Amino acid sequence: MEVKLALKVSDLDNVATIFANDIKDGDQVEIRDKKGNSEIVTVKGDVPYGHKIATRDIHIGEDINKYGEEIGIATKEIVKGEYVHVHNLDSKRGRGDWKEAK
Amino acid sequence: MEFMGYVRPDGKAGARNYTAIIPSVTCANDVANAICHQVQGAITYQHHQGCCQLPPDLDRVTDTLISLAMSPNVANVLIVSLGCEGTDHERMVKEIAATGKHVEIIHIQELGGVSKAIQAGTDIARRLVIEASGMQRQPVDISNVIMSIKCGASDTTSGMASNCVIGYVADKLVDLGATVIFGETTEFIGGEHLVARRGVNEDVSKKVFEIVERMETRAKSLGCDMRKGQPTPGNIEGGLSSIEEKSLGAIVKSGTKPIQGVLEYPEHITNQKGLWIKDTPGREPEILTGMAATGAQFMLFSTGRGAPQGFPSMPVIKICGNPNTYERMSEDMDLNAGLIIKGEKTIEQVGEEAFEKLLHVLSGEMTKNEAIQYFSAIDIHTLGPVI
Repeated sequence: MEVKLALKVSDLDNVATIFANDIKDGDQVEIRDKKGNSEIVTVKGDVPYGHKIATRDIHIGEDINKYGEEIGIATKEIVKGEYVHVHNLDSKRGRGDWKEAK
Repeated sequence: MEFMGYVRPDGKAGARNYTAIIPSVTCANDVANAICHQVQGAITYQHHQGCCQLPPDLDRVTDTLISLAMSPNVANVLIVSLGCEGTDHERMVKEIAATGKHVEIIHIQELGGVSKAIQAGTDIARRLVIEASGMQRQPVDISNVIMSIKCGASDTTSGMASNCVIGYVADKLVDLGATVIFGETTEFIGGEHLVARRGVNEDVSKKVFEIVERMETRAKSLGCDMRKGQPTPGNIEGGLSSIEEKSLGAIVKSGTKPIQGVLEYPEHITNQKGLWIKDTPGREPEILTGMAATGAQFMLFSTGRGAPQGFPSMPVIKICGNPNTYERMSEDMDLNAGLIIKGEKTIEQVGEEAFEKLLHVLSGEMTKNEAIQYFSAIDIHTLGPVI
């Protein structure tokens, strides 16, 4: 079976985006960057089309990066290959609910 | 390089030739709409503003309606006034007439009510559309193009495919001496440093940070997380986890050229060339109005989830980044950037297709939303309360 791709946009990123339908927990995907480097990882969680996985372990409170820029912080411990979305990533902006809002 | 446009008395070139039936206040909407339905070649703006608002907002609505009428896609104008509104309909007539355009006005209260106003307005509008129909397209240089750009109903394909295509087209048009305008200030949040550093001078860069702070403060004013407002539930379902991620994908569509300046929402482009920002929210009805008010002849609009809507007087070209969506909604999508995600085409290839398409649309070819007139949901972005 053809291995599905997860695209990592920048070297600074710790997530990659999967453009494939029906990726299930335990499936293997190939993380590929723009230079053509690739690595096979096992996906943790069911990942819908266009959603992200971690390209390495990410600790709680650590920044999550895509496009080489910060897109939020980890609200849970995240392991390599794990599905990353609103359940374990929090935005730092537009936070009217934060008292000491940035 | 040229397109076939309608040259207006102020020298601007239109891609369309509409008679605009403009309600000066929301209470005149039904009369304007009835007139519009009766005559061929007319459009109307069914907005919800113009009365019981604070003076800065009333000025903003008046200015925006004037700017809409000044669009080169508008041949002539009928203003439909109720008679007691807060907007300044006299100033509308004066400033539109100053551009050399034929403008008329009717007042519903003065004419003795709705049915009489519809009758009087229909007779005037009939004369206006006949007058417009005699105008001819002529070749105009590509440097007369004012392109507006936007992404809506985005997902993660937007920032990696369709917005990249728009960025390619934006760069190309700027190199050809044309004007490109982008907005959606909310979708600079988290990427504003990347936008600001492209300002032609420090003032422009500072202004970028200012408008983002203004928008974010507004978003935070109700004391909640803005998520679900921005990104929307559809964005989140499409894989966008935060406003930062959405913004970083959204700003890609502005290309790589220097940013010349920042326009306020009601402002109209005069002779400015190159890449400009207009301070707008991201929601379609308000940003499309703001961009048409700029004087843009058309909009290149990127979508991942499938946003079908257009605008009455501004053709909107839809470019879809998500191959699954394109397959489902190809009837509403003008261009397919999903092939980039599938690895079947490059950004440059789809960019050239988009460029070819916009030349056709500028010269008269209808976009898909235009052909089925899917464009009535519009509004003017105001800042203060309705009182």
